[in-house]
Amino acid sequence: MLKLLTQRRLLVLSSGLLILLLLPVVALAIGDPYLVTLFTRIVIFALAAVSLDLIVGFGGMVSLGHTAFFGMGAYVVGIFAFHLQDGSPFASWPFVLDGSDNALLVWPSAILLSGLMAAVIGALSLRTTGMQFIMITLAFAQMLYYFFISLEVYGGDDGISMWSRSQLPTLNLGNDTQFYYLCLTLLLLFLFFSWRLVESRFGRVIRGARENNLRMHSLGFPTYRYQLVCFIIAGAGAGLAGALMANQSEFVSPNLLHWTQSGEILIMVLLGGMGTLFGPILGAAVLLLMEEILAAYTEHWLVFLGPFLILVVLFAKHGLYGLLVGQEVNRD
Amino acid sequence: MLLFIEQLLNGLQLGVMLFLLSAGLTLVFGIMRVINLAHGSLYMVGAYIAATAFQYTGSFLLALMAALPVAAVVGMIVEMVVLRRLYERDHLDQVLATFGLILFFNELTRIIWGRQPLFMDVPKWLSSTVEIIPGAPYPSYRLAIILVGMLVAVFLYLLLTRTRLGMQIRAGASNREMVAALGVNINLLNTLVFGLGALLAGLAGAMAGPILAVESGMGESILILTFVVIVIGGIGSIRGALIGALLVGLVETLGGYLLPELLRLFLPPAMADGAGASLASMAVYILMAAVLIWRPRGLFPAHG
Repeated sequence: MLKLLTQRRLLVLSSGLLILLLLPVVALAIGDPYLVTLFTRIVIFALAAVSLDLIVGFGGMVSLGHTAFFGMGAYVVGIFAFHLQDGSPFASWPFVLDGSDNALLVWPSAILLSGLMAAVIGALSLRTTGMQFIMITLAFAQMLYYFFISLEVYGGDDGISMWSRSQLPTLNLGNDTQFYYLCLTLLLLFLFFSWRLVESRFGRVIRGARENNLRMHSLGFPTYRYQLVCFIIAGAGAGLAGALMANQSEFVSPNLLHWTQSGEILIMVLLGGMGTLFGPILGAAVLLLMEEILAAYTEHWLVFLGPFLILVVLFAKHGLYGLLVGQEVNRD
Repeated sequence: MLLFIEQLLNGLQLGVMLFLLSAGLTLVFGIMRVINLAHGSLYMVGAYIAATAFQYTGSFLLALMAALPVAAVVGMIVEMVVLRRLYERDHLDQVLATFGLILFFNELTRIIWGRQPLFMDVPKWLSSTVEIIPGAPYPSYRLAIILVGMLVAVFLYLLLTRTRLGMQIRAGASNREMVAALGVNINLLNTLVFGLGALLAGLAGAMAGPILAVESGMGESILILTFVVIVIGGIGSIRGALIGALLVGLVETLGGYLLPELLRLFLPPAMADGAGASLASMAVYILMAAVLIWRPRGLFPAHG
């Protein structure tokens, strides 16, 4: 593994890690606590983007419905919080399930339910490939979007406002810095897990199926099952990101599931460089930072962001990460 | 019953608009293998130019005459400047680049025309209503849209099957290299097809002006429906685009009217309306998912 970490790559990755680790200190030093909030958002979207990279970059399954799982995770947190605030049980049959803000119960539920949703959507969507796969995943995400709009109990269009973030023993998640470090830790854990995953035998099969599904199948690999498992893992990862997002903003609404949100996460992956795992983190950071910075200068910042995206496509083959580390992008 | 007929016609009218957009998109995809998300922007350009020309001249025909060439030229410029470089690239690169184009065009219209939507009047000579069956008056403007759409469908059919250009387009869709080797200027052909697609998108936009608010971002909501249409119909197939467009138009319109009524039969009215409305919004997506699960390549797949 270490031989892949050439010097330039090592330099890029370690400086990136250093920036993320030291950020709250810097924010404190220059007296700008908003930086921590902004970077919490970046880290959360990076987590969603890395999970999307697993299926887009390594599995070759371009999903435009990733917010289905992102939004699902967020809604699980929101709905648990709603019942806690409301005092009504979440379910009374077959067993009583009350609302809760215990992160150890709520977050794993979010991951589990998103994964379950991914299993259903994936099982149906994987019958198609290419353009049709893009559209069928979009279709399922839109169905879920309209489903949550129709849930009048949970605020319909307006969504759910939460009174506070989830509770964890010993940590105070209401503190922005502690919450930031927790999100960062989860991102790094998921990144490590994904990295091991794509380098494993499982990852080889997934990448093989991306290059030539028929051949992998003929070699005796049930590629459909492999791809489905990959899709479920990515969905679960996005569910975790969604749960964190709900906690960050303490607000959940159907807008989290709108297809433009899926588009934005996909843009992060492509901008950073798909199939690189680290690239999507860079993509999330660059996209969200550019939004912030350009918006401070001009109301019409999109008129610059658009051509910037086009230029990246035309001149950076493996996205921004490819530009940074040079030719050594690891796409096997 | 009368309401049902009115909704049926509304569905047809939406279907026709979708056909104008999806015909261009599916041609472009069929020949150039390019996913062009910016197709909705050309629709928006058509609508803005028509609305502006209408404000200055007061003539709907002049507005149309202005919108069509502008949309076509903008489309051809986009093809030559950006898309031409993306033909050999991955679909995802095309998605990212054309998404960039969407952002650019949306913001550009905001800079030029401001954030307030423009409104366009129905031309006087089409502002009356027609009674198709006694007691059911229907706006003649919407009827005119249906008529124009039908004419365009016939025109495209003749163009593709009866002319030399159409033959080249079909040949280009089956085998690009072979057509180029036989001496057809494939670059010019691409630009022409793209211009034709843009022209149709502009036509749809200009005709939508009097029924919808002309505003920045109007292209995206219809763009998604357009993609739904071409995926249902089978990518690259004009016939598929026509059937898909009418299907989606009817499901979208009739769903909003019939589903709440249907649910009222066994749900309390307030709940039925809410659930019916959201089920109606989902209807086209359910339709698409069902079609794709049943036939993963769409109803009329164009290539083998």
